[in-house]
Amino acid sequence: MSRWKVSVDKNICISSAMCVALAPGRFVLDEQQRSGPAEAEIDPDELVRDAAASCPSEAISLVDADTGQPVDLDQ
Amino acid sequence: MTIDSSPVKFIPALPGQPVPEIRTISGGRPVFRAELPDGRIAWLVTGYDNVRLVLVDQRFSRALAVAPGQARPGFEMFAAGSINGTDPPEHTRLRKLVASAFTARRVEALRPRVTSIVNQLIDAMARRPQPTDLVAGFSLPLPAQVICEMLGVPAADTGQFHAWSDTIMGDWQRDSDEIMTALAELYGYFGALIEIKRARPADDLISGLIAARDDADRLSEQELTVMCCTLLIGGHETTANQINLSLLLLFDHPGQVAKLRADPGLIPAAVEELLRYVRLGSLPPARVTTEDVQLGGVTIPAGEQVMPLFGTANRDPSVFTDPGRFDVTRDAASHLTFGAGVHHCLGAQLARVELQEAFRGLVGRLPGLRLAVPAGDLEFKPGMAIHSLRELPVRWGEP
Repeated sequence: MSRWKVSVDKNICISSAMCVALAPGRFVLDEQQRSGPAEAEIDPDELVRDAAASCPSEAISLVDADTGQPVDLDQ
Repeated sequence: MTIDSSPVKFIPALPGQPVPEIRTISGGRPVFRAELPDGRIAWLVTGYDNVRLVLVDQRFSRALAVAPGQARPGFEMFAAGSINGTDPPEHTRLRKLVASAFTARRVEALRPRVTSIVNQLIDAMARRPQPTDLVAGFSLPLPAQVICEMLGVPAADTGQFHAWSDTIMGDWQRDSDEIMTALAELYGYFGALIEIKRARPADDLISGLIAARDDADRLSEQELTVMCCTLLIGGHETTANQINLSLLLLFDHPGQVAKLRADPGLIPAAVEELLRYVRLGSLPPARVTTEDVQLGGVTIPAGEQVMPLFGTANRDPSVFTDPGRFDVTRDAASHLTFGAGVHHCLGAQLARVELQEAFRGLVGRLPGLRLAVPAGDLEFKPGMAIHSLRELPVRWGEP
């Protein structure tokens, strides 16, 4: 199974920390409380998928590292 | 440290009362045991970083806090099993069903409709003789109408379920039977509405949830009913009283109102500062520790109630410069009024749009808006979760 690339658009992050709470260790908040991935590429992780699906500002992007296609969040 | 030291008495201030200096009560301790007005013992957590940690760290459970026998009277009694009273993974499953309807993007698309409701309500108020009650005429019908339209609840039923919401959210000294009766009636109402929508689906949230249940078995019938009640009630007293309390604050700061009139572009920042500064409620949703947790120099044992005091986070001088100063031009967006972590307010973006359009309308269209009675005559409903104003008589125009 191919790996996922994780990114967070800090311009639309609203600092809900939903991702930090849902997927411990996968996201970190910076000084302005904006989120970013702890690692830019990860093995598939259902909690990270949940975090992306639950983000209130849809700031988290998950793409298949091989194909560049978005990962289906609705699973 | 000692965990058997006698707890501090904690009596939250109502609006208009001086806020008790938390450092005085706590003896300078950031995390301390306290006896709440209802006699419960809880650990009170203060300061931005500590409050945020409680909200984000899964060792602090919402499900345990609202388990039968644990929940405080009032709205906590019906939180069990809802998105407001579960932990991951149950919480994640339920929240994902509604998260997409409340994203920043989806809510932004509703803004023109919110603006239109704001204008209709102001038009109607302007036709009535002054003084007029802003609670009945504006602050309550605005969020009620918006959430009803999203859910697919007939607007004509607003008054009826406002009465239920009032009973459930309101007075914590109220007879528990009365709250349970209101809850049963609200469940019954939604049970019937769900059957109507099941027969004739529409383009609304209830129909979407019914499809998630019937087509994909993603939630139970009970969860479906509870979800509808949670969304309806969650969108009511909160936004309404944030409007009321914000106006009371603005009435005392005419210079700040003048800035908003001169530059309406300041309104989004002002809404964040109002969210930071206004104390909407006194007692936050509790958590219960799942294991011993070290926090603020103490060990909170497993199984104990913990209350993150949002107000102390929002007035933490290490995050907000001169936190006691109300300033609509400051960047206050990192306030914790909507919480953080998995229970970050589902309706946060909707509330922001409603509040922005509400103040754009009130400040722009009703110059000179002011209290029509002495502030001391305003009456708050008893209850600690939300400081709910019974009436807000106002005037506007030339004095």
